Amino acid sequence: MSEKNDALLEMKGISKEFPNVKALDNVSITVRRGTVHALMGENGAGKSTLMKCLFGIYSYDSGEIFLDGSPVSFKTPKEALENGVAMVHQELNQALKRSVMDNMWLGRYPKALGVFTSEKKMYEDTMAIFDRLGLKIDPKRIMSTMPVSQRQMAEIAKAVSYDAKIIVLDEPTSSLSDSEVEQLFEIIQKLKANGCGIIYISHKMEEILRISDDVTVMRDGKHIATKPASELDMNTIIKLMVGRELSNRFPEKTNKVGETVLEVVGLSAAHNHVSDVSFNVKSGEIVGVAGLDGSGRTELLEALFGISERKSGKIYLSGKEIKNRNPRESISNGFALLTEERRKNGIFAILDILENTVISNIKSYRSYYLSNGKMRSDTDRMIKAMRIKTPNSSTKIRSLSGGNQQKVILGRWLLTEPEILLLDEPTRGIDVGAKYEIYQLIIELASKGKAVIMVSSEMPELLGICSRILVMSGGRLAGELSAEEATQEEIMKLATSNI
Amino acid sequence: MDEKINLKRRIADFKALDPIEKNRLLKEFLINNSLYILIIAAIIGIQIYQPRFLSLTSIINILTLSAANLPIALGIAGCIILTGTDLSAGRIVGLTACVAASLLQASGYANKMFPQLDTFPIWLVLIIVIAIGALIGFINGFCTAKFKLHPFIVTLATQLITYGVLLMYLMNGTNNGQSISGLDSKYTSFISGSIIRFGSVAIPNLIFYSLGITVIMWFIWNKTAFGKNMFAVGSNPEAANVSGVNVTLTIIAVFVLAGMMYGITGFIEAARIGSNTASTGANYELDAIAACVIGGVSFVGGIGKIRGVITGVVLLRIIFVGLTFLGIDSNLQYVIKGLIILVACALDMRKYLIKR
Repeated sequence: MSEKNDALLEMKGISKEFPNVKALDNVSITVRRGTVHALMGENGAGKSTLMKCLFGIYSYDSGEIFLDGSPVSFKTPKEALENGVAMVHQELNQALKRSVMDNMWLGRYPKALGVFTSEKKMYEDTMAIFDRLGLKIDPKRIMSTMPVSQRQMAEIAKAVSYDAKIIVLDEPTSSLSDSEVEQLFEIIQKLKANGCGIIYISHKMEEILRISDDVTVMRDGKHIATKPASELDMNTIIKLMVGRELSNRFPEKTNKVGETVLEVVGLSAAHNHVSDVSFNVKSGEIVGVAGLDGSGRTELLEALFGISERKSGKIYLSGKEIKNRNPRESISNGFALLTEERRKNGIFAILDILENTVISNIKSYRSYYLSNGKMRSDTDRMIKAMRIKTPNSSTKIRSLSGGNQQKVILGRWLLTEPEILLLDEPTRGIDVGAKYEIYQLIIELASKGKAVIMVSSEMPELLGICSRILVMSGGRLAGELSAEEATQEEIMKLATSNI
Repeated sequence: MDEKINLKRRIADFKALDPIEKNRLLKEFLINNSLYILIIAAIIGIQIYQPRFLSLTSIINILTLSAANLPIALGIAGCIILTGTDLSAGRIVGLTACVAASLLQASGYANKMFPQLDTFPIWLVLIIVIAIGALIGFINGFCTAKFKLHPFIVTLATQLITYGVLLMYLMNGTNNGQSISGLDSKYTSFISGSIIRFGSVAIPNLIFYSLGITVIMWFIWNKTAFGKNMFAVGSNPEAANVSGVNVTLTIIAVFVLAGMMYGITGFIEAARIGSNTASTGANYELDAIAACVIGGVSFVGGIGKIRGVITGVVLLRIIFVGLTFLGIDSNLQYVIKGLIILVACALDMRKYLIKR
């Protein structure tokens, strides 16, 4: 098929400068009709900026864009959409309290008699698109009642409803479970068959190698290489991305497993499906928790930490029963929880690094009044220990990258000198280099005798740094595997056993 | 020390920029500070037109009026930092002012609300009105924190309740809803009298009380765990909970503290005004909220400084007094006040919008 080699979208020599930063430096990519073009690079490499230039969110300083051979330059996202360029953002921008179809036709409701919106036509048109994509979603369902994965599918369907020729997917699988990823890939295949060009931004190598036809790697705002996916392997991509060889994706496990410190017996949550979970963790041990989205992994940690109410079950710390009725009590018992959604319940965006670091430990700085000097020296110590890249401790945390924000929160918890660390997706949305550093920090902590429980959706990561893996399924513990012997297939089998 | 070095570096950085960048930054600076620039221009204008505006008597007058309104603004600022507000503030000031006045009427005064009672000691009355403020503040905070209601709704309700209680209180004895006056001279001179004179001009004591309260509030905001927790809860309540902050207690404490501040304002206002009615304190909360916003306490949450509140209160007062000096129609004064609040909020939001 010669048509397949047609250039559907060409971006030529795009440059974009922000005050003091050259965000894009003469970047060119070509997306062929009916193919998936993966865009890779570490955080801050310029992938999102490039896409925002295409989509009319940013204006670019120089360069040209051709869509189907004719030059275009979109001033607004609306203009881009109307010309067949759609983008599904990593953070879904949806009106959560409205229905699926309201979201779908937002800003262009079909009209009846010129003034009234036609619910009937909206419903039918939405169903037609869902049928085409093989989606089973009720168009009248309220957005906020659906899991993230379905909301994402709805967003892709919206892109299709614009008859988009180019669809940009920004980290589409970051909150999807494996089976949901399969569904997404099926949809992508259908879109390909219809002649769409897909630009696929992701950190996940396995996915990229599976789904994409071409791969473009960017680094520091520059175009590094574009190659057919068939000619690439994981190590080559990593090498291109970081500009150096990363011989190992995971640091060496130097931690020594000791005595049992935490024992959980028959834990059930009062208001969700987590039920009858029992396990133990030893000092110096990193225990992974695997499972699909909605399997109750996050809920398990929340029940342990006292954020959500427990119905029954006992928690023993070094043989003594503890209650952990609320986060304050848990913290004083030596627990720490790194939450899954940094922006929602991790960082204080408008406050500075110091305030973000000392908040959990604030009472220890109090004699008659809070001592600034002690807080500053502790913060500086953590900045150094965590290798946080920041000018100083009074920088606002929101101006840091995701990886550095995560390190600040880790630092916050280390100041409370915890014995049990609960880590919920500690490397989500963090680039390869920073991930390695987070792994190192986790292993260092375990080496100091701390017990770590780590929830993750990335199975290689669990296999890479944990010693045991607990697999959750449908709110229950489906099984326990030794990381040395476990395979991704075994984990998957357990994860789907209770559904 | 650090700030000085920082400033020097920033000046050096600025000098190193090319002219286009310089222009852009200058423009940003002018827009971000346009409110202050306008107000300074206005002060100069009024001064040229009415040279008495910046006389010592007039300045002391402005400071006295500001001082009387500072505690209520400091209280409300805490509520705004929690992304809330407090509509009951003015009515709490009214209630506490009337209670303070009724307990401190001169003993021989003909229309005394409680003729059988002796005049109370001043300190005891101060404690009583602070306690009343704290109690209503507690109700506000409790409903906000426990029932997860927006403070707008809670304080809309308590504002009405407080006003009702105030009206009923004024029916006590033979008072029958009349204004409460004939205050004990010890009380009025404690507030409005002056120990310190500046040349021929007396400085009312209440300015010093207000200063003292400001120092205490600065300390609470900046040097206590409660203060840090307040900013954390205002910035991200969920993260605060996970981090071990007692969110419920923090919210309640902020409202209780605010209530105490309203009690103090009521105590000061009762003596300053001299004759207190049911309308004492009405709409004070609106001026206080306006002052906070002008001073950079943001409804975004988690942002605000004591010095901002002081600036806001004083600037707003200068504008009010200035408008009177210019002889501007009092109806038009409302229009101008409204415009100032709009401009202040728009400029404030502009700082937090993400530039692209």
